[in-house]
Amino acid sequence: MRALGLATVFCFGAILFYISFDFPGWGDENSPASRHVSPYYIEHTMDDTSVPNIVTAILADYRGYDTLFETAVIFSAGLACFFLLRIPERQAPPARFYRHLATGITFRIEKGGRLPEDTDEFERIDSVWVPYDVIIGMTCRLVVPFIQLFALYVIAHGHHSPGGGFQGGVIFGAAIILFAISNNLRRTLKRMSEKTSALLGSLGVLIYAGTGILCMVLGAGFLNYSALASLLGVDPVSARSHGILIVEIGVGIAVTAVMVWIYYNLSSAGRQDEGL
Amino acid sequence: MIWPLDIIILTIVIICGIAAISIKDLLGAAIMFGAYSFMMCLLWSVMGAVDVAFTEASVGAGVSTVFFVAAVFRTTRRTRD
Repeated sequence: MRALGLATVFCFGAILFYISFDFPGWGDENSPASRHVSPYYIEHTMDDTSVPNIVTAILADYRGYDTLFETAVIFSAGLACFFLLRIPERQAPPARFYRHLATGITFRIEKGGRLPEDTDEFERIDSVWVPYDVIIGMTCRLVVPFIQLFALYVIAHGHHSPGGGFQGGVIFGAAIILFAISNNLRRTLKRMSEKTSALLGSLGVLIYAGTGILCMVLGAGFLNYSALASLLGVDPVSARSHGILIVEIGVGIAVTAVMVWIYYNLSSAGRQDEGL
Repeated sequence: MIWPLDIIILTIVIICGIAAISIKDLLGAAIMFGAYSFMMCLLWSVMGAVDVAFTEASVGAGVSTVFFVAAVFRTTRRTRD
């Protein structure tokens, strides 16, 4: 079986290697893409959309349908994780662990014992080994706002530099995941609940699709942002640039929420009680 | 494109790829995937595709490594095969 698998892999690898000789060289000016596809966008993007970063303009404007469905795919990934992993019923675990904050002593409370839920003196900890990590928690708490600020910069500055909704959204979600890793899952769920992340995920996709439908209502094609000119009070070329920004914000919200949502379900095996 | 740099990065990519599938420790495999993604990110930026490199760095090397580690945390760390 192993030999058969290796033979298949080498066979297909050889075919792929052989096919790769037909590819045009890197940066070949006679390749089909460089002859008539790329020059069009390089020459027309600035006049059409007033966006200096051609990649962003192609991603969100010329090929807006692709990006809309990419966002929908990411949202579906979050939904799939939810349906596969989430365990809705909340059975009480056999024993719970609490730490007395003033002394650092850990308590084990058996099933049926009185739980110190609503006091500030005790902190609930996970049943797997958890170190008493004041330094890690505080350092990550200090770093998180700067990461979030950078994420917002990446989303807002995608017109001029590399970046955009996907990257910025992932970085924003990573900041929240960093908070969850350095502190614990329950504290993160208090700040951004599962319901919030699910609603934000669908809101992001709704912003994208809604912008497209708004363009249709205003009398142009789906996702033709120049129709927004009358609504935004700018000329049609700037309207396409603003339309890209609106869409990127939608993508950013959706990706952030879905990344956090997937992390909640993965790290806690769907229980969303004790997690990484 | 700088040829020596390109060859070094491609070599590390292949080493990371083989290590990720042959290593017994699943956490090590997750970290190897992260290293693989980071090397691919370097490769994209050497080729001038900066947007793709940025996506690879944030999604491939960042969040997907965290997802792998979170999944390993909920299963056994060692593979049987």
